[in-house]
Amino acid sequence: MSRFSFSNWGAPRLADFARRGTARRKHLHIVILCAAVFALVGAGDPATRFNEIGHQMMCICGCNQILLECNHVGCPASDGMRNELQAAVTRGDSDSLVEQSFVQKYGPTVLAAPTAKGFDRVAYIIPFAALFFGFGLMVLVIRAWKNRPAPALADGLHPVHGAELDQFRDQARKETDL
Amino acid sequence: MAVLGSFALMLALALSAYTFIAGILALVEGEGSERIGETARRAGIATFGGVLLASVVLVVCAFQNNFSIAYIFHHSNRDLPGPYKFAVLWSGQEGSLLFWSLLLAAYGFVLRLRYKTDPRLFAYASVVLAGVQIFFLLLLNFAANPFGILEGPLRPDGSGLNPLLQYPEMVIHPPMLYLGYVGFTVPFAFALGALIMKYPGEKWIHITRRWTMVTWAFLTCGVFLGAHWAYSVLGWGGYWGWDPVENASLMPWLTGTAFLHSVMMQEKRGMLKMWNMWLVFATFWLAILGTFLTRSGIISSVHAFAQSSIGDWFAWFLCITLAVFLFFFFKNKSHLKSEHKLESLVSRESSFLFNNLLFVLLCFTVLWGTWFPKISELVQGNKVTVGAPFYNRVAIPVALLLLILTALGPLLAWRKTSLESLKRNFMWPMIGAIAVAVFLMITPQRWGSPFGLKPWQDISYFYSLMAIALSVLVTLTVASEFYRGGRVISRHTGQGMFASMVQLTHRNTRRYGGYIVHFGVVVVIIGFAGAAFNVDKEQAMANGDKMNIGPYTLVCRSYTQDDSPNKASEWAILDVYRGDKKIDTMTPVREFYKASQQASTKPDIRSGLNEDLYLVFEGQNEKGEPIIKAHLNALVMWIWMGVWIMLIGTVLALIPNAPAPVRVPAPARLETAPAVTGD
Repeated sequence: MSRFSFSNWGAPRLADFARRGTARRKHLHIVILCAAVFALVGAGDPATRFNEIGHQMMCICGCNQILLECNHVGCPASDGMRNELQAAVTRGDSDSLVEQSFVQKYGPTVLAAPTAKGFDRVAYIIPFAALFFGFGLMVLVIRAWKNRPAPALADGLHPVHGAELDQFRDQARKETDL
Repeated sequence: MAVLGSFALMLALALSAYTFIAGILALVEGEGSERIGETARRAGIATFGGVLLASVVLVVCAFQNNFSIAYIFHHSNRDLPGPYKFAVLWSGQEGSLLFWSLLLAAYGFVLRLRYKTDPRLFAYASVVLAGVQIFFLLLLNFAANPFGILEGPLRPDGSGLNPLLQYPEMVIHPPMLYLGYVGFTVPFAFALGALIMKYPGEKWIHITRRWTMVTWAFLTCGVFLGAHWAYSVLGWGGYWGWDPVENASLMPWLTGTAFLHSVMMQEKRGMLKMWNMWLVFATFWLAILGTFLTRSGIISSVHAFAQSSIGDWFAWFLCITLAVFLFFFFKNKSHLKSEHKLESLVSRESSFLFNNLLFVLLCFTVLWGTWFPKISELVQGNKVTVGAPFYNRVAIPVALLLLILTALGPLLAWRKTSLESLKRNFMWPMIGAIAVAVFLMITPQRWGSPFGLKPWQDISYFYSLMAIALSVLVTLTVASEFYRGGRVISRHTGQGMFASMVQLTHRNTRRYGGYIVHFGVVVVIIGFAGAAFNVDKEQAMANGDKMNIGPYTLVCRSYTQDDSPNKASEWAILDVYRGDKKIDTMTPVREFYKASQQASTKPDIRSGLNEDLYLVFEGQNEKGEPIIKAHLNALVMWIWMGVWIMLIGTVLALIPNAPAPVRVPAPARLETAPAVTGD
């Protein structure tokens, strides 16, 4: 019968952890590499970049449309903006550089969505904060309702619990096949 | 005529004021004041006559080309086709307020005629409706009179109707939307009435259920007709732009949908009474808030009416309604305590709670996105744009969670569901959904959208795959519910499976109608998921020029012009080939409306189940050749099909249940009629 000892219990477990840790790191590297490869597929294609960046910007003529979707007849702005964007993409400017130059020229409303910087971040934080807050609140409400005392039953009735309740459930299931 | 219209509006205001004051007096006095209460009811009915007369006068003035009335001058012209002259009623600020008032009076008319269902509750609801009616009639009489006389010399012709509104759907879309907006006043009136009078039991919920469902159906119809109009007329290739006015219609729809779900908790289990009260109020309030947004000019929108002072009127009205509701809510909230306890986290009740949380959260997200430019301006001094990319990032994950609940909800029983039964019922739909997702990923892309989906290439593809897989999951759970219930009836009655499923549906129309609505929703969502695969291309096309997009080749056969008294048009005639086979000829148009001196494009759309070929006449280049923008929009037709399914489901849910067959209970055997329990 083997006797318990911290030394013979701990050593193989630590080695195990180390082996598992190495394997886990390898897997993680593979996942990150795959994700990077997939994320970069098509990213360098100028037409794709033009399309992606063009859909993140607004036409500034007042039509409230995405730049590449503006079909405002005789629009004074969208053609010029598209040409600028095309030129920037062809030059190989990075996405952030293109965005910055557009913001400098046309103002922050040229971006179709708030940025993830400064106060603009609040736009994204609040809905998700509300989601987590709501979930938390819901869990508290459910817990409170579960702990509520059961409503009183009329005279002569008694609540069904445990095995008796399961028996009724089984019977109902058999008869309805649900 | 203008005098007659103005008189009718003043008369309607006086009548509704009488309905309100006499109605309150009768309710306060109680016993012995039945006669004054009856006069209030009749005055309420007569209000409808007054507003109807004013509306008829305005339409007649449009048909008579009475350009002495400023509203007719600004929104009509001599050559405007007849149906659009009828639509002049809701084409501008003052007319649309009159139309709103007309619909409210019509709802009040029906409510006051049906008062015998519960005279006291209906009397309270009538007073609340009269209060809202007074607000709109005050606006019409003193701030936005549609019968105002045009200053200066009489003009020979009007400025004409906005060209974008000259489209057949525009004759239906606003009435549907307004029927939805205005209709939510009725459940609110009943809810507030029930709260004020501490109405015992849940009967008011039963009374308002049909009103709410009908109103919800109208709003659904209105929202999607608007989307279809945007798609068919605006020519930007999409159907939803997250414009503040579109958002304004979506917000009450979301809270109204939440209410339609949570109301079942109150009916079945006596729970969520306070929450339901808030949901009804929020739905009504958001409908008014939407109107405030579009008419105050506070938030810029392509749809917005001209800026005017009526925004202040709406702001005050919103404050007053909030104050009145809060007063009665805190005064009588002890009446709204729940009676039952929650037995398990894995139950229908919990799923409704989370469902409501997600609907309200989606509504909050839309409201937050709509107001954020204003908030940003206040905090950091500069406006930002909150467009589609924001909503795609924030709202889509929440909508996907909601889809998971839509799949789970029907499988959960009231009170408690064992994990084992949940696993048993959920396993096959889950396997089916995963199989479809894998199939979509491994199939070749040349099959067209959405086949050959690579979710790792782009987040939009990932969302699309998730949306389609979850839609399949919901469809399979709905189908399994029909199948299991149908099988039980088939076994008991010996009928065929289809007949059994029809009988099942007829026995509990609300439950199975609701499932059909869920199915419609997932069909719509599959349509939305198609947006990830959209492609577009733009090219100047001289005669004989070709453009390739997806599997299609477009060949410009010719371009031509047309002229009519109302408008001048330019057409491009394009032959559409798939491979070597000519399959269609399409004619996108650009129109120039003479009276309003405005141009607009009318796309030509070739719709298919898997994709729409959408051609827009963008303009002409310096050589006079048409510039054609071609969009290949995937799965759009699914959206319109889904809406039809949703409406069919709603109509089905409104049909009364067939009585369950009477059975002699066998001794020591639990007889159950599966289809008549639960929702």
